[in-house]
Amino acid sequence: MAETVSTPVENPSRRDFIYIATGAAGAVGVGLYAWPLIDQMNPAADTKALSTIEVDMSGVEVGQQIVVKWQGKPIFVRHRTQKEINEARAVDVSTLRDPQTDEQRLVVNAEGKYEPQFLIMIGICTHLGCVPIGNNSGDYDGWFCPCHGSHYDTAGRIRKGPAPKNLYLPPYQYLTDTLIKIG
Amino acid sequence: MSSYPGYDPKSGFEKWLDARLPIIRLGYDTFIFPTPRNLNYWWTFGAILAVILMSQIITGIILAMHYVPHVDLAFDSIQHIKRDVNFGWMLQPMHAVGASMMFLAVYIHMFRGIYYGSHKSPREVLWIVGVVIYLLMMATGFMGYVLPWGQMSFWGATVITNLFGAFPLVGESLTNWLWGGFAVDDPTLNRFFSLHFVLPFAILGLVMLHVWALHVPGNNNPTGVSVKNVDKDTLPFHPYYTIKDAFAIVVFLMVFVAFVFFIPDALNHPDNYIRANPLVTPPHIVPEWYYLPFYAMLRAVPNKLGGVITMFGAIAVLFVLPWLDTSKVRSMRYRPLAKLFFIIFVLACIGLGWAGAKSPTDLVFATGTDAATGAPVGFSFLWFARILTLYYYAFFVVILPVLGLVEKPKDRPESIQKSVLKSAPEEA
Repeated sequence: MAETVSTPVENPSRRDFIYIATGAAGAVGVGLYAWPLIDQMNPAADTKALSTIEVDMSGVEVGQQIVVKWQGKPIFVRHRTQKEINEARAVDVSTLRDPQTDEQRLVVNAEGKYEPQFLIMIGICTHLGCVPIGNNSGDYDGWFCPCHGSHYDTAGRIRKGPAPKNLYLPPYQYLTDTLIKIG
Repeated sequence: MSSYPGYDPKSGFEKWLDARLPIIRLGYDTFIFPTPRNLNYWWTFGAILAVILMSQIITGIILAMHYVPHVDLAFDSIQHIKRDVNFGWMLQPMHAVGASMMFLAVYIHMFRGIYYGSHKSPREVLWIVGVVIYLLMMATGFMGYVLPWGQMSFWGATVITNLFGAFPLVGESLTNWLWGGFAVDDPTLNRFFSLHFVLPFAILGLVMLHVWALHVPGNNNPTGVSVKNVDKDTLPFHPYYTIKDAFAIVVFLMVFVAFVFFIPDALNHPDNYIRANPLVTPPHIVPEWYYLPFYAMLRAVPNKLGGVITMFGAIAVLFVLPWLDTSKVRSMRYRPLAKLFFIIFVLACIGLGWAGAKSPTDLVFATGTDAATGAPVGFSFLWFARILTLYYYAFFVVILPVLGLVEKPKDRPESIQKSVLKSAPEEA
């Protein structure tokens, strides 16, 4: 009896294999089809190509900030006063939400020395992307974001408000003492 | 069932068509549908929403004929529509005000659903489809607001897309994917235009599912008592409710056109008449009024990811409302405690909207002045929003589940017919 029952089904494990193989091939096909549809939304080649700019900082006076655009984002270039540098260095780093020393906020120039007067940051609040107001605003004489009230200090470090991180630093290098290449 | 004999094709053509594509039967069954005889005017907002959705789709298709989705041209093309295109001065505000009107109607529609227990068994799927429609409306409305490419458009888009950056690990790739770049820019505007165009048709499809899911159990009604006798408790949808809905639609349209013709910009923000500038954030960013309560919740939490979760959770909780509201009694008309907490809930939502429009540091009321600086101190909108956010969540996850167990409901009418006939002895 057992043989007569199994005969019409004829080797069920082989049938299962065909089902699973067909399903798997179909799933891979759907994935291969879907990926280009999803990936087309990522930054295009020409968008990615606009990735470096040079900024001449020799015209930025002490206490002045200029804003340049890099990859569609504002970049703050601030020529800090000695008072601002001193304030940034007097902070106990361990008390900060995103602990970084003032020197970790800078990069070295061609001779391997810091240029503490120039602070270069991406001018986008790490909370939800607004552009903070500069010129010693906020409770810590640095930047203040008007959208949701984040306060940054004179090294662009988050001190108060909802933002989780310090203002991000763009990748850049010194070509001369006052000329930098961002990106 | 004498009131509802069903479709009876008379002519030879109708019989021929009915055997092949019973589309007249579909329309007949949809409009000669047994509907509780006691529906009040809160029930007319479904029809009002259908009318506004069609108006939005029609005006939207027209605006797309003149609008240019490009960062250098979008702002000017809106002015071109408003100043130069024939009747553009009317069509553009119809679309912009229409969005506000649609949200106004949908909020009333949703509050009505919660109050009368329309989300409860057997209408859970009907409710869930409705919440999905609401979510799509929010996405569509947000992307539409970006298209004029004013300052509020740009910075609203920046803030909202940055919300997705709060998610750990994938946040940055996700935002770059949404933007198609490293900031909100031309690729973002183009894809928002594409999605803003197509999503309303997805909404239309879901509205059809919503009506289908409505026609399986039939309408709820103000008593929450189920239909027991179709002949005594119901009336055919046409002509009784087509007329009632039509009257409500006319009254609602009077409000709508008053905005369109006399105060078309009342619900807009002046900063959106400034061209988008990616280097300068306006001092006070606010979303459209219909997102303000959620914006207040976002800002109430002093942590980025926490704020985002609190905001999205406020909508997510609606999906499980049918199971959170444990009371067997549908209508809050017979639930004195639930009615009280519901009224507070509506006020809390309005209060959150008020808080969302203010700066968190503004004061609801001052209690005195700071001794050192002389600045007023008191109860800030931040704390106001925090308390109301807490109540919003408590209403769903604590109050409704517990009330269903402890509340003693009032007596309900035996039937829908008894509730409307004043001669019935228990109603005297």
